[in-house]
Amino acid sequence: MATEAAVDHSHWSPLLGRLWLDAIPQEPIVLATFVVVVLGGIAMVGALTYFKLWSYLWKEWFTSVDHKKIGIMYMVLGLVMFLRGFADAVMMRIQQSMAFNGNEGYLNAHHYDQIFTAHGVIMIFFVAMPFVTGLMNYLVPLQIGARDVSFPFLNNFSFWMTTAGAVLVMMSLFIGEFAQTGWLAYPPLSNLAYSPWVGVDYYIWALQIAGVGTLLSGVNLICTIVKMRAPGMTMMRMPIFTWTSLCTNILIVAAFPVLTAVMTMLSVDRYLGFNFFSNDFGGSPMMYVNLIWIWGHPEVYILILPLFGVFSEVTSTFSGKRLFGYSSMVYATLVITILSYLVWLHHFFTMGSGASVNSFFGITTMVISIPTGAKLFNWLFTMYRGRIRYELPMMWTIAFMLTFTVGGMTGVLLAVPPADFVLHNSLFLIAHFHNVIIGGVLFGLFAAINFWWPKAFGFKLNQFWGKVSFWLWVPGFWVAFMPLYVLGLMGVTRRMRVFDDPSLQIWFIIAGIGAAMIAGGIGAMLVQFAVSIWKREELKEETGDPWNGRTLEWSTSSPPPEYNFAFTPIVHDIDAWEDMKRCGVQRPTSGFRPIHMPKGTGTGVILAALSTICGFAMIWYIWWLAAISFAGIIGYAIFHTFNYKRDYHIPVETVEATEAARTRQLAAAGA
Amino acid sequence: MHPLESRLNPPGRSSGPSRFLNLRALSALALAGSLAACNTVVLDPAGDVARQQGDLVVISTLLMLLIVVPVMSAVAIFAWRYRASNKDARYEPDWDHSTQLELLIWTAPLLIIICLGAVTWVSTHLLDPYRSIGRIDARTAVAADARPLQVEVVALDWKWLFIYPEQGIATVNELVVPTGRPLQFKITSSSVMNSFYVPAMAGQIYAMPGMETRLHAVMNEPGKFVGLSANYSGAGFSNMRFAAHSVSEDQFAKWVGKVKASPMQPGPIGEAADDPLKNAPPPRPVGGNLDRAAYLELEKPSEKVQVIRYSSVAPDLYDAIVDMCVEPGKMCSSEMMAIDARGGLGKAGIRNVSMLEYDKNGRAEGSKATANPNDAVRKELAWVRALCRQIPGAAPDGTIKAPADMRSLNGAGLAAPQSIGLGDERAAPAARTSPVEHISLNSRN
Amino acid sequence: MTATIDTTHDLSQPELQAAFYDLNEHDHPEGGSTMLGFWIYLMSDCLIFAMLFAAYGVLGGSLAAGPGPKDLFELPLVALNTAMLLFSSITYGFAMLAMEKGNKGGTQLWLLVTAVFGGAFLSIEMYEFYHLIHEGATPMRSGFLTAFFSLVGTHGLHVTFGMIWLFTLVVQIAQKGLIPANKRRLMCLSLFWHFLDVIWIGVFTFVYLMGML
Repeated sequence: MATEAAVDHSHWSPLLGRLWLDAIPQEPIVLATFVVVVLGGIAMVGALTYFKLWSYLWKEWFTSVDHKKIGIMYMVLGLVMFLRGFADAVMMRIQQSMAFNGNEGYLNAHHYDQIFTAHGVIMIFFVAMPFVTGLMNYLVPLQIGARDVSFPFLNNFSFWMTTAGAVLVMMSLFIGEFAQTGWLAYPPLSNLAYSPWVGVDYYIWALQIAGVGTLLSGVNLICTIVKMRAPGMTMMRMPIFTWTSLCTNILIVAAFPVLTAVMTMLSVDRYLGFNFFSNDFGGSPMMYVNLIWIWGHPEVYILILPLFGVFSEVTSTFSGKRLFGYSSMVYATLVITILSYLVWLHHFFTMGSGASVNSFFGITTMVISIPTGAKLFNWLFTMYRGRIRYELPMMWTIAFMLTFTVGGMTGVLLAVPPADFVLHNSLFLIAHFHNVIIGGVLFGLFAAINFWWPKAFGFKLNQFWGKVSFWLWVPGFWVAFMPLYVLGLMGVTRRMRVFDDPSLQIWFIIAGIGAAMIAGGIGAMLVQFAVSIWKREELKEETGDPWNGRTLEWSTSSPPPEYNFAFTPIVHDIDAWEDMKRCGVQRPTSGFRPIHMPKGTGTGVILAALSTICGFAMIWYIWWLAAISFAGIIGYAIFHTFNYKRDYHIPVETVEATEAARTRQLAAAGA
Repeated sequence: MHPLESRLNPPGRSSGPSRFLNLRALSALALAGSLAACNTVVLDPAGDVARQQGDLVVISTLLMLLIVVPVMSAVAIFAWRYRASNKDARYEPDWDHSTQLELLIWTAPLLIIICLGAVTWVSTHLLDPYRSIGRIDARTAVAADARPLQVEVVALDWKWLFIYPEQGIATVNELVVPTGRPLQFKITSSSVMNSFYVPAMAGQIYAMPGMETRLHAVMNEPGKFVGLSANYSGAGFSNMRFAAHSVSEDQFAKWVGKVKASPMQPGPIGEAADDPLKNAPPPRPVGGNLDRAAYLELEKPSEKVQVIRYSSVAPDLYDAIVDMCVEPGKMCSSEMMAIDARGGLGKAGIRNVSMLEYDKNGRAEGSKATANPNDAVRKELAWVRALCRQIPGAAPDGTIKAPADMRSLNGAGLAAPQSIGLGDERAAPAARTSPVEHISLNSRN
Repeated sequence: MTATIDTTHDLSQPELQAAFYDLNEHDHPEGGSTMLGFWIYLMSDCLIFAMLFAAYGVLGGSLAAGPGPKDLFELPLVALNTAMLLFSSITYGFAMLAMEKGNKGGTQLWLLVTAVFGGAFLSIEMYEFYHLIHEGATPMRSGFLTAFFSLVGTHGLHVTFGMIWLFTLVVQIAQKGLIPANKRRLMCLSLFWHFLDVIWIGVFTFVYLMGML
């Protein structure tokens, strides 16, 4: 089989580096996608130009340092990349359900191996991470009664760096190739000797650039939570979502530097011939596996913790009850945060560590399930003696509880080293982590989107299409992944492109049907968004508090004004807004003051654009361009520090006008 | 269920009484009826090690179901009972704490995890792939004088090489073992990471270049089983499968005889993987004697490789593969490490890189670098070898002997299962003066 | 359990509002979180160094039959280098003292002295690297050299960026004087500079001293 990897890509020219015509993929599927994307892109650019939206987008969104807009942009990025990542998933399901009995399927190895690598990388780094970061960005300042984050410019910059990473991954689809290594790119396979062309370099630079964004946004949110809470909000009065966000960002700051370091080591190995992970000259590929998982396991909790917060908020709100066991919830979160650093080796029990080492890491892994279990019980007892309203967020939460429990159970199972020896790298493992990531992270995001959408946009989401999506997604998930559990027990391992045993095929076909149901669920969700936007007047939400919420974000208007709160609230209880409602506080309608706010800046966009160019030049060995763009990054960053005027005051008249409109709106809503 | 499967795994076979029998029967119920119908080899394997591992899957699942089932039922019950439309249910919006409940929700999972942790600790040590097995099945201990069959496994791009050192034969993509005899696998790889996995026999273990991992197992039933690489290793990975045959001692002896007598087979070795123009060299015969040159030819990337049988094999080949010094003119990594342990070769050794290069610039380049060593290189290498021969002591063998009787593991007599530390050569006893030919480089180092 | 204000029924609406809203809020001074944020960033940077130290710990003995620390390092040179960096930390301290007194010229002067020492440190390091590479002890030679060059080089890169930052600040102080924003930046750079000193102490001990002794 003549794989494309066999094409000679070794030429280099000073002007274009390794970039030449052979960089355009020959696979018809990719080519067709390329054409569609180019046409779509041209159409979109044309439409934006025709409707004169560029200046609006630039001024109001791209250069905005408003945490709410940045949060929404993160969510949009996550959604776009989710569609790409899901397309990869569908392609894998189709390939695996047809490649039997000597049928090679429709994807060659070079293409298929890129797809499963890209699927993993995209779903973790450019779907789950933007979604989670976006959610925290949007909600944390509102929940703690702040007007923005600690470092608003940095926030904008972080977003654009994440986007730059995503742009590089998307470019790899049409210019060159993506890595064919699996999503963690273990050496020696990811060393230059075995992955000589640009795939792994795309991987490295996408992760490095996005990693800068993630790290800085972590620093930013920690500072925000520590320093900018409303008066009276002690640590033990913070909303639980803010707590989980704090822990997540601590994890980010303590884990992402490890990824940065490992990626740097891998890149000096590849670019300069260093010996960190080489087979010869005393390098150690096993060191990479250890280091990457020291980042990788906390990453799992980075993704899930904020959603645990979401479920807590949703359960409490829709049960009409205070959260059961607030402090035990907080301690459980802290225990998970710490323990997540003590379990990394369970990802490679099969590498041959001694039995004592394996047992230690197996048992620490099981211990994590105790605080996680405690959380589940807390939600359960929050529902107990409540009045549960089954709106969409609550439906997703119940689906989560049932799904995640199974995922957690199979996770503990995999933590038993001898059991892991037979299940490691099998489809059972695949089913397990999709069970927790889809059942936990994605279901949580859907709950969050349905829950906070009215806050962000001032109208509720359409219920009907939301329910269609729910009923396609949840059973779809089970249909798609139960066969994988079964296949895992049948000894079928991951990342296979073709199969021998025809008796497996039926299971892959069932899984494919599940994927189709999920596709329906995603479609229904997009329809839900479209219909809701279309009928936004009917779905209008004027009180600012559509669900009888309990935390501060529901005390302001929907969408909140730029400054979030005309007066900073003072907190006396965990459920601060519930407390205010109970006490019958009316919002002040006079005595406003000018509000001090940060100014927007285009620096983030420019620096991220330069980083993208620099990354691209490094990937293709275009050294002159890399040097120039790197100098540009440094130069522009220094130039930016000479700008001392980064803030302004919203004049009191503007505040008064905004708040008066809000008063009229509330009166009209009869509140 | 399917004709092929039932042939591979006869339904009528008696699994023999075992203390896990009841559990297994339960598992069929617990893990959904449909599972029993299809060939879930992981839960119903042919080898005792995999059997114990599969049992552990079931035991752990049952242990966890003790808490998962009540939780899931409670979710369903509470979700129904406390729905907003049910005005009969009690509503206590401010009830948010109960010390007894808090105690329960932390201790109940804790108790389960303590049980599971104990199971984990014991089973991880008992089923450590580095331990030689102590039993053939639940009833039969390994005889005191039983010698395990040694098989040396090399993961190549993208096929498996099996060397039988005692029989002096080698095969590609065909593993044949006698039923009921302890097996000892030494596993390595030539280029990237793979994972050696025969689901019906025992759990997997990584195969890594320049290192050796080990696996001990036994096959309890005759049959033909699937073996594969469980860790993605590049373009030809999907076809990196082999058949694992479990046969009687007689048949095994016969098979060995057949391999020894097998003539050269017509080539080529599978499909060339990096050949853009498809102008592969004329097929060369394969088989015969697997010497270093034949190995270097075999090692080149190829996929969908047919079964190859080598009637003889160079006795030191496997050690040279682990040591990354199959090519003439290469310094073995054990020699390198022995020298490093003594502080290196100083500035004198600064430029001797070609004899160290394995695959940094690609495996082919590494091979080429010293394919025809000149006199200077030969001299240098001879000097290195001489130097190494002076070094007293080598790393002790990484094998751990398991007691046939498991009782000693129950507590009082529990000795640390590794008789060696985690493989520090420098700590090796200096008194041993036997000449060093090969330092075992297993991944525990 | 319940609101901490128990007597809400007795409060009039204006009193309630005063209890629940900060009606007389003043602008928060800018940069209130900067020092905390920068500290957290430094800790994350510290982790990068931790990884490089760990890599050195793993690979430090992998000489690949080449030269080891004893063959390559020259302690007197490294001691001189260390002295340069330590001096630069002291002079940075003087710059901060001058800043506290509001002495603009003094601050700039001491910053420039710091830059001289920092420059000396970098020059000596580059001389050392050049010398090693010239001898053939390149980072490509062995795992040990890879880890050594990466750890020491990463530290050197940090110092280089610190220098760029330092010169930028000298210019900014010249333009704007010792305004709060510039003071804050000086504080951050001070943290950064001393942090690099601490890392270097680790490098000096762990790599050079332990390699030689």
